[in-house]
Amino acid sequence: MSSLIAQLITRKNESVIKAQLPPFVIHFFKTVTLPTIGILVFLLFWTVGANNIDTSLGKFPGPVQVMTQVGNLYNEHVESRAKESAFYERQDNRNQARLAKDPNYQAKTRTYTGRETFVDQIFTSLITVLSGFLVAAVIAIPLGIAIGLSKSLNTAVNPIIQIFKPVSPLAWLPLVTMVVSAVYTSTDPMFAKSFIVSMITVTLCCIWPMVINTSVGVASLNSDWVNVSKVLRLPALTHIQKIVLPASIPAIFTGMRLSLGIAWMVLIAAEMLAQNPGLGKFVWDEFQNGSSDSLSRIMTAVIVIGLIGFLLDRTMLQLQRVLSWDKTTEVR
Amino acid sequence: MSLTKNLLLDISKIDMVFPTPKGDFTALKEVDLKINKGEFISLIGHSGCGKSTVLNVVAGLYQATSGGVILNGKEVNQPGPERAVVFQNHSLLPWLTAYQNVELAVKQVFAKTKSPKEMQEWIEYNLKLVHMDHAMHKRPDEISGGMKQRVGIARALAMQPEVLLMDEPFGALDALTRAHMQDSLMEIQDELNNTVIMITHDVDEAVLLSDRIVMMTNGPAATIGEILDINLERPRSRLELAKDPIYNQYRSEVLTFLYEKQRKVESISKTKTETSSSATNVA
Repeated sequence: MSSLIAQLITRKNESVIKAQLPPFVIHFFKTVTLPTIGILVFLLFWTVGANNIDTSLGKFPGPVQVMTQVGNLYNEHVESRAKESAFYERQDNRNQARLAKDPNYQAKTRTYTGRETFVDQIFTSLITVLSGFLVAAVIAIPLGIAIGLSKSLNTAVNPIIQIFKPVSPLAWLPLVTMVVSAVYTSTDPMFAKSFIVSMITVTLCCIWPMVINTSVGVASLNSDWVNVSKVLRLPALTHIQKIVLPASIPAIFTGMRLSLGIAWMVLIAAEMLAQNPGLGKFVWDEFQNGSSDSLSRIMTAVIVIGLIGFLLDRTMLQLQRVLSWDKTTEVR
Repeated sequence: MSLTKNLLLDISKIDMVFPTPKGDFTALKEVDLKINKGEFISLIGHSGCGKSTVLNVVAGLYQATSGGVILNGKEVNQPGPERAVVFQNHSLLPWLTAYQNVELAVKQVFAKTKSPKEMQEWIEYNLKLVHMDHAMHKRPDEISGGMKQRVGIARALAMQPEVLLMDEPFGALDALTRAHMQDSLMEIQDELNNTVIMITHDVDEAVLLSDRIVMMTNGPAATIGEILDINLERPRSRLELAKDPIYNQYRSEVLTFLYEKQRKVESISKTKTETSSSATNVA
């Protein structure tokens, strides 16, 4: 077996192997076996490395501890949901009993106020990042098109974009917090302040790559297509709708994928500081908590954050495949 | 040939000067040409002589520095569908099918005069004319180069232009496909009798297709060198013409102009800079 793998890995013998093995076996090897080997090697290094790092909270968590925590976190979620439904059942029963005694009784319903579970926090994070991303897209794509179409506007705006692009979310956050506190004053707010703060921070950080990519896409419009539009005397709006927008779809998607990746990274930092009840807050709370499980729970969050980031990127990619006419763009 | 009887397009003493960092560059100098309705004109000349500039001025994509273009008695100074252009690189929109590419043009030009049903028939008629009805719902990346150029021609024809401008329409095609496309174009010309200005590098193509061949001198300050009337009967057949002495006479006249009178001297040999009437430099 090991000699077979060694043979498969060395390119020299590839043709010999191909002659021996049916194609589906080779395909399986390439798409399943190789990544599995990669993951196994990583797990090995992780376990060995983790065993050799001692912290004040115990050893660095290895794969086994993380797996345990995945189970724990899921069980906590199930328990919390059970408690919640039990709470509502008790409340309903109590109210019905009171109503049976006294028909004029105004039933009181209170919402369950248990703390968010890990699963709830994942959803909070997803909603926050998507809201921030969508707000950014709504601003960035039209702005990018305008900048791409007008050279003067580009010259005017470009320095500002280049200066704001590299700014870390952590620099924006205090400003956003103060502004939101001052401006967003409602007695019955639809959204929590922490949500708004995190969302705006995400928006501020992921708007720039989208603006830049969109404007580059629009500016590098094939001049033949522009001439076609001129010969047809397309009105400005039709020109944008029929020529500019479809032509720059691939570039817009590249910008959107880049932005969504940044948004997800920024979000965790923003949630830590803004205390938005998402994954960032989870990590921060566990860090402050400092129990013997904390590190393995944080490590679990790290892996979940990675997985979700990966899934977000793949979703974006699938969307691009469906919506973009340019099927030739290398997709990695 | 009377030049005033059916005069459609008057290219009147066009000068074209491009400002460059090193100073003004005169691309065209006093280009003057009158074109009758239904005429097929070829513009031929060495690359860089300003053929495309002439076409772009007629199309309205460039503004002449002095002089002007008069179509049907009216000066034109912006692009428009009555001067449809077939671009060298087909320039189809890759996100639209062949049908939709033609539709974009038809909807823009006939929005007020044709019903949706009539528009659909008109699109299909034009695609049929270029023999693309079998693949009209395919996208440009699913069809060959020759087919793309056919759709490009269908799109231009569908605008029902007064002048059809073709910028080396078959330049990017292989020789066999090109011959095939030339035959198709002659067939369409027999049916529609459009007024056409076509840029070409290909002497055979020019003689085969044209009523007149306009030969341009080398730039800078290029202008019209000679105009050759091609009095060959239509329909023309490429095989029969190959043996025709008159055809070969026309052919050699164009070749003489290009390779003797306007021999292009590349700047590598800087000593031979004179371009015109150097009888010693026989190609």
